[in-house]
Amino acid sequence: MPTQALFGQLLIGLINGAFYAMLSLGLAVIFGLLNIINFAHGALYMTGAFVAYFLLKLAGLGYWWSLLLAPLAVGLLGIVLEKTMLKRLYHLDHLYGLLLTFGIALVIQGVFRNEFGSSGLPYGIPSQLTGGYNLGFMFLPTYRAWVVVFSLVVCLGTWFVIEQTRLGAYLRAATENPTLVRAFGINVPRMITLTYGFGVALAGLAGVLAAPIYQVNPLMGVDLIIVVFAVVVIGGMGSIMGSILTGFSLGVIEGFTKVFYPEASNTVIFVIMALVLLVRPAGLFGRTA
Amino acid sequence: MSATVKDYVVAPPASVAAAWPRHQVVAFLLMVVLLAIAPFFLYPIFLMKALCFALFACAFNLLIGYVGLLSFGHAAFLGSAGYVSAHAAKVWGLPPELAILAGTATAAGLGLVIGALAIRSRGIYFANITLAFAQMVFFFSVQVKFTGGEDGIQAVPLGRMLGVLDLHQTYTLYFVVLAIFLIGFVIVYRAIHSPFGQVLKAVRENEPRAISLGYRAEHYKLLAFVLSATLSGLAGGTKALVFQLASLTDVHWTMSGEVVLMTLLGGLGTVFGPAVGAFIMIGLEHWLAQLGAWLTIVQGAIFVVCVLTFRRGVVGELSRILRKPL
Repeated sequence: MPTQALFGQLLIGLINGAFYAMLSLGLAVIFGLLNIINFAHGALYMTGAFVAYFLLKLAGLGYWWSLLLAPLAVGLLGIVLEKTMLKRLYHLDHLYGLLLTFGIALVIQGVFRNEFGSSGLPYGIPSQLTGGYNLGFMFLPTYRAWVVVFSLVVCLGTWFVIEQTRLGAYLRAATENPTLVRAFGINVPRMITLTYGFGVALAGLAGVLAAPIYQVNPLMGVDLIIVVFAVVVIGGMGSIMGSILTGFSLGVIEGFTKVFYPEASNTVIFVIMALVLLVRPAGLFGRTA
Repeated sequence: MSATVKDYVVAPPASVAAAWPRHQVVAFLLMVVLLAIAPFFLYPIFLMKALCFALFACAFNLLIGYVGLLSFGHAAFLGSAGYVSAHAAKVWGLPPELAILAGTATAAGLGLVIGALAIRSRGIYFANITLAFAQMVFFFSVQVKFTGGEDGIQAVPLGRMLGVLDLHQTYTLYFVVLAIFLIGFVIVYRAIHSPFGQVLKAVRENEPRAISLGYRAEHYKLLAFVLSATLSGLAGGTKALVFQLASLTDVHWTMSGEVVLMTLLGGLGTVFGPAVGAFIMIGLEHWLAQLGAWLTIVQGAIFVVCVLTFRRGVVGELSRILRKPL
């Protein structure tokens, strides 16, 4: 086995894992508080990439501005969706949340596909991050290293805020018992809205990071979201650290599968999911099913 | 208390469950008459497509409407049965009835395996797990040789049904498809209105209580899952023969979403809802075909509107107005 190929796939695995982790983290945060599986997550990831593209084309704002503004825009869109639609479904079965967000995803993807077809639009790597390092055993493009490190920082930062700060404590308390937390004078509905906004902003941020690697494509989130669902199920729904760890490790496992048994690389995550569910129905890090 | 799916399911009272209530017989006969004369007024190919999807939606409704389980992976059964039926007819040269049977049996087997693994979970977990298994089936179909990859299996021979009915005649083919749909429809109806169906409802309403009464809830749920998968396979096998094509579209997860939409639009847990929903959706697809990607937008918008304001669906609302379960 040539080490070149092995490390190359390891890097691709880490990149994919970074996106799995960021997306499943957003899903986990949303699921924890809203009990909704956000089917629109893939479409909003794609929207993030498109916002970056528009900022460059229409306003001349580059990658670094996009990294700040695109998540804000996607987060705002999420807040609007939550305020106008999702909010009406909280008293119903959680399945209706899934169905609603599925419909929203179809609309968003349809609109972009109508405008831009299904071919990718190029988005350049920012000049500061072009080039790469020769590590002797492999060539490491700077931008890819940046994506892995940056998403790791974002994921761990989110984990820190939720698990270690007062704000996070409110959030976790509201997950356990929203009525009681509300009785203590905390504005839970606003917290829910902001949580949804934050969760989808993570998806938008992932979209900006992905734009220079995968190009900007209306269908970029369609199949990705299904894999991310499997990642969330494996990690245990609602578990923050669980989704980060499983996101990165499943990306790496997928990368290695491409080296050793390429035929299974598309299915390996789903096979792992089936095996995990047989042994631990609540997922690796989940508490109850 | 939060409302659940079952609150929007219009279930018949127990007293009428034993026999066919008269208004349902009337509605059924009306449906048969309408479908029998329809091909002389509407494009038969369109009607056959709608009938295949109507059967698919009825099979799907058995799970969501009467067991309360939302499967997001039913495309696996439709698509795999389509591939096997097409392969059996084209490569093995089986007559159409055996080809469809082979596809249906495949879906049943697949349903048993997936069901046994998925049935232990419920709610969103169940939806996710069925979705993941369906993706495995999808990627399997992409990679295996016999499915023809992106091309699918094309030019599937029609042949003679039972040795006598020449399926190349459009009207013969239509009435064969209609017969298959009606058989499937009656099977679903009988299953729902049998003691088996009553136990399913008991499990849906209160699973621990059903278990404490001595019913093995998981067996009942698994049986319902396998039945649903089998009938989805029947729909898929028939569809593959009618269109002489089995392709990746039928295994892709968007197909699983489409059947949810049809059932939701027609009315979850209603007898006639899924068929009505399927006809509306296929009609929309037919008339909006020129609009291209707009179709997805319209579908998505219908989904959003249904979930937000129209959770009973067309037939559900109708039966509420008439005060009779349809």
